[in-house]
Amino acid sequence: MRPPAGTTDLPVLLSPTAVLRQHDAGMGDPCRLLGPRTALFLVVAFSMAVAGAEAATAPAAPGVIASLWKWAPLIFQGFLFNLLVSVLAMAIGTAAGAILGLMQISLLPPVRRGSWVATQFFRNAPWLVLLFYCMLLLPFEVRLFGLVIPLPAWIKSVIGLSLPVMANVSEIVRGGVQSIPVGQWESAEALAFTRRQTLWMIILPQCVKRMTPPWMNLYAILTMATPLISIVGVQDGMTLTRAALSAENRTELLVPMYLMLLSWFFIYCYPIARWTIRLEQRFAVKG
Amino acid sequence: MTWTPDQPIVRLVDVHKSFGSNEVLKGVGFDVTKGEVVCIIGPSGSGKSTLLRCVNALVPIERGSILVEGQEVNDKDLDKLALRRKVGMVFQQYNLFPHKTALQNIMMAPIHVLKQDRAEVEARARRLLKKVRLADKAAAYPGELSGGQQQRVAIARSLAMNPDIMLFDEVTAALDPETVKEVLLTIRELAAEGMTCLIVTHEMGFARELAHHIYFTDRGVIVEHGPPAEFFAHPRDARTKEFLSQIL
Repeated sequence: MRPPAGTTDLPVLLSPTAVLRQHDAGMGDPCRLLGPRTALFLVVAFSMAVAGAEAATAPAAPGVIASLWKWAPLIFQGFLFNLLVSVLAMAIGTAAGAILGLMQISLLPPVRRGSWVATQFFRNAPWLVLLFYCMLLLPFEVRLFGLVIPLPAWIKSVIGLSLPVMANVSEIVRGGVQSIPVGQWESAEALAFTRRQTLWMIILPQCVKRMTPPWMNLYAILTMATPLISIVGVQDGMTLTRAALSAENRTELLVPMYLMLLSWFFIYCYPIARWTIRLEQRFAVKG
Repeated sequence: MTWTPDQPIVRLVDVHKSFGSNEVLKGVGFDVTKGEVVCIIGPSGSGKSTLLRCVNALVPIERGSILVEGQEVNDKDLDKLALRRKVGMVFQQYNLFPHKTALQNIMMAPIHVLKQDRAEVEARARRLLKKVRLADKAAAYPGELSGGQQQRVAIARSLAMNPDIMLFDEVTAALDPETVKEVLLTIRELAAEGMTCLIVTHEMGFARELAHHIYFTDRGVIVEHGPPAEFFAHPRDARTKEFLSQIL
């Protein structure tokens, strides 16, 4: 029996996204995005790491699971702190990036060029270098209207991470606006809408859909980059894992302990990535 | 000088326009009187669409003069928004706003540009939808409508601004043959009501039936013009003859 023209049920003949779409069929809500296969893989990897460590453990020392269990609450707090930093940096970066992105489509050449330079600079600078700059260049407190606002290291690290986020959001906004067909601008112009009205009432509402997947993708990347702040001395999940390891002073715990932290990041970020792909597909169909 | 309806509603004099080194309009001029239907025909790339876009200042011109109801369009201090309230335009690709329903598409400009009362605008928008025979599609999004239906919504959207002049830029060129008819019918009714229309089209039968005057453009100039009966029956210029022999 031949399938209707243009369709096939052979996976090799399908485009990669079509395969994913088949694979995703029936996965309705984001909570179920961490599919059974992925979960199984995580459990197996973790068991192997634990078993390996257990084999290397000295007979007198406490078991690997028990040691992990002892430190898990503390490290998890650090992990939650990573998430807090990621959310704050994303919020600041998105707000600043939206403004910068709109400046990039300004009709005033100096504004457009200046914002383009800023965008390119922060988009192509290593995140860690930006973090170091923020640590070194920002004061430890700022005075605003006679009010002294302290700037602890973790706040500085939020600012440092928000800079590349800002530049990437700026590009997402610029790209989103420019992806709208020029005919939309023309017809709005012909209907006597001002440029500002056109942007806010006609162009941007259409962009939001297109901008959401890359924005979510950026958030997942940011979250995975947050352990960078441990290098500049902020007490995050990474710092606390290292502290726990040096307190235990048992090399066999190295792999399972880091794997524990890694799994939490994975469990948090993987569904975001899958959800992003699904949104992309949905928008691709509806246009 | 104030404009009175006995003067040409649109007057083009020696209009020049270039895109880079490519001169698309090389001195075009004609008058349109109120209530007149003018069809502009000619081969692709002859500057027809550009000409229309100059009339509502979507495209600035370099030299010459365009007067719309006595107002000079080729003027740095032109109030473009005031001009565009008088001149409606319908595009080849419809360009409806895809995130708004048919009714909302029609209502947006009167509410936000003319600052008119929402209830009044909605009543008028529904009348216009009925006029283009799409009363039952008020809540439909453009993506759910056929090309011909979208184009009729686009016409209604322009009419909602109560323009004095309508520009139609190859409005049937992107449509399936079976939906062309319904769009042409809408324009025909509009013309019968006395709307001043400037129409760029490839529909020769339509132009012949509807136009009061036909202009044939080629390579940026008006080669020949005249009332349709004369224009189609006795083309004088060799280029016109060749074009008509290819298309008819």
